[in-house]
Amino acid sequence: MYRYDDFDEAFVRNRVAQFSQQIGRRVEGALTEDEFRPLRLMNGLYLQLHAYMLRVAIPYGTLDSRKMRQLAHVAETWDKGYGHFTTRQNIQFNWPKLTDVPAILTALADVGMHAIQTSGNTIRNVTADHFAGAAADEIADPRPYAELLRQWSTDHPEFQFLPRKFKIGITGAPHDRAVTRSHDIGLQMRRGPDGSIGFEVSVGGGLGRTPLIAQSVREFLPEADLLAYVEAILSVYNMLGRRDNKHKARLKITLHELGRDTLAALIEARFEELRGHVPETLGPALDRIRAAFAPPAFRQADTAVHEATLRVDPLYRRWAETNLAEHRDAGHAMVTVSLKAHGATPGDASAAQMRVLADLAEAYSYDELRISHEQNVILPHVHKSDLPVVHAALLRAGLATANVGLVSDIIACPGMDYCSLATARSIPIAQAIGLRFKELDLEHEIGPMKIKISGCINACGHHHVGHIGILGLDRAGVETYQITLGGDGTETAAIGEKAGPGFAYDEVVPAVERLMLAYLDLRTAPGESFLEAFRRLGPAPFRAALYETEGARDAA
Amino acid sequence: MSPRFSPSVVTANALLEGDVVWLTADGVWTRRMAEAELIADPERAEARLQLAQGQHHSVVGPYLAPAKPGPNGPEPTHFREAFRTRGPSNYPHGKQEDPAHVSL
Ligand code: SF4
Repeated sequence: MYRYDDFDEAFVRNRVAQFSQQIGRRVEGALTEDEFRPLRLMNGLYLQLHAYMLRVAIPYGTLDSRKMRQLAHVAETWDKGYGHFTTRQNIQFNWPKLTDVPAILTALADVGMHAIQTSGNTIRNVTADHFAGAAADEIADPRPYAELLRQWSTDHPEFQFLPRKFKIGITGAPHDRAVTRSHDIGLQMRRGPDGSIGFEVSVGGGLGRTPLIAQSVREFLPEADLLAYVEAILSVYNMLGRRDNKHKARLKITLHELGRDTLAALIEARFEELRGHVPETLGPALDRIRAAFAPPAFRQADTAVHEATLRVDPLYRRWAETNLAEHRDAGHAMVTVSLKAHGATPGDASAAQMRVLADLAEAYSYDELRISHEQNVILPHVHKSDLPVVHAALLRAGLATANVGLVSDIIACPGMDYCSLATARSIPIAQAIGLRFKELDLEHEIGPMKIKISGCINACGHHHVGHIGILGLDRAGVETYQITLGGDGTETAAIGEKAGPGFAYDEVVPAVERLMLAYLDLRTAPGESFLEAFRRLGPAPFRAALYETEGARDAA
Repeated sequence: MSPRFSPSVVTANALLEGDVVWLTADGVWTRRMAEAELIADPERAEARLQLAQGQHHSVVGPYLAPAKPGPNGPEPTHFREAFRTRGPSNYPHGKQEDPAHVSL
C-alpha cells in the first residue's frame, strides 16, 4: 500500500501545527469567525446544525487496518463512538469539540491521514473505483494515477483558489463504479490500439442544482500525457470559470456555455503548450507510485469449503449472491460489507465495527480495505476458503446484511439531521425504506435497485443518478420529497426525470413501495431490472403507480 | 422594504462545542430554547442581533429565528429550528441526550 513519503509527512505535520495555532487564536478571541472560517474549511472542519464536523479524506477510498483502527480510536476518544462514510470516500466525525481538533488531527497524521482539501475551492479528494486493484474486469489499477493527481494537486499554488470546488473521479474498468461522469473530470481507463494504457477524458459533470453528465473531450489520452492534460483543463477552467456567481462557477457551466467543441479545442490548445514540460518527471514518479500499489501475492488454496458452505447454509448463500464480486484472481473474491443494515444509518460504522473490519482485513484481505462511494466497506482480496469464517465474523458484528445493490442499499447524505445546508432530512427516509422492505421481504426478488437520497439540491446523496432519486425540500415550512426516476451513475450515465409533485415525509415509503410493486408487475422476466424496464416503458406506468392515490391526497 | 417581521429569538452555535444556543433577555446564552427572549419588536430584534454579533468570542453565526410563545417559553415555528432544539433523529445524541437541555 502507498505510504506517505517524508515530504507528505512534513507537509501534513506543518499543517496540523499551523491549524492548531489558528484554533488557539480563535478560542482566545484573536480571530473572528469571518477570519477563521476559511481557515477551518481548508482543514475540513465544518460547523453543522448541532456541532462541528470534521471531514477526513480517504484518498481513492483505500485504507489499511492501522488507519481503520485509528479512525475507531478517534471515534471513541473524541466523538460519539462512530463515523459516517460519505459518497466522496471521506469519513465524517459529527461531534468533535473545537479544542479537540488539534489532537484529532495529530492522531490522524500519525497514520498518514488528514483533512486537507476536503473542502474549499480546491481539487478535492480524488475518488476511484472501490474495486480498484482487485476487480476481474479491470484494465489496470487506477489508484497510482489518483495518487499522482493527489501529489500534484496538493497545495498546488495555481489551484488553491479555483472558481469553485473541483472533483476528479477515476476508474480502471469499463464498468464505471465510480460515477466518473458526475465529476468535473472523469477518467475512464482505455486500451489504445497497440495495447497501451490511456484514458477517455470527460469533463463538466456535476450533480447539484444543475445536474449534467460529463462530456467526452478526448477518447484516448496516453497515460504519459495525463498530468499535462488535467493541468490544461484546470488552467482553462481557472481562466474562464465564472467567479461572479457561485451557482454558475463549476466547470459544467463553462461547458454548457461554451459547448463541448469549443471547450475541447481550448483544452487541446493549452495542452499543446503544456505538454513536454511534464512528461520527464511523470514516468519515474508513476513507476515509483505504481510499485507501492503492486498487488499482493495472491495465495493459492482449495476453495471447497466455500462451495460446501454455499450448499448447506442458506444465509451464507444469500450473502454470497449479493455481497461478493468477481476478483481478478479466480481463487479470491471481493467482499462488500454492507453498512446498510435495515433501519440503520447508511454509511455509519461504530468504533467496534471498524475494529472488526480492521482485524478481518489484516487476517484475510492482505491488510487492505476500501470505502465505496455507496457508503459500504470492501475487503478487496478474500480467498474463497476464508469466506465462511469472514461471514461468521461479520454476522457477529452485525455487518453481514445481504443487501448490496438492493433496495435497502441506499445512499443517503446526512441531511437535516446534521447538515446546516439541508432543506429536509434524508437519513430517516432511508431507515424507513430499509425497515419496510425487510418486512416485505421483497428486495431479493426485486433485484438491482439504486435508491439515492439527498437532503438538499447540493445532491451529495447523488439522487439524480439513482434509479429512484429522492430529494428532500422545504416547501412552505414542510419537509417535502421530490422523486426522480431512471437515473444511472454508471457508464450509461443518465440524470433521472422528475416524476411529478412531491410527497410528504410520511408518504415517501408507500410511494416507493407502489413503484416497486408496479415494476414487479411490469417486468417481462425477473432478469429485466427496474432500470431496463424503465428504459423500455418510459416513465408513464411508473408515474401512474406513484400517483395512484393522488386524487385522495389532493382531497385530503 | 423589509418583509413583515415575525416574533423571533436570537440563536447561534457555541464556539467551543458548536452546540445550539439562544440569547436570553439578560443577554446571556442559554442551551434551552424555552429560556430565550422572544422578541416581537423588529428594532429590538435588530439590536439584540447586533449585540450577539459582537460576541464572536463565544458564539458563531448568530441569526434571528422565527418563534412562537409556548407554555414554557418560546417554541420553534419551523422544523429546522425544532431539530436544533433536540439533535439528530437517527441517534439520541445532542440536546436530547440530556433532557434538561430540551425545552419541548
Ligand atoms: S445534499 Fe445538501 S443536505 Fe445533503 S449533505 Fe449535501 S449539502 Fe447537506
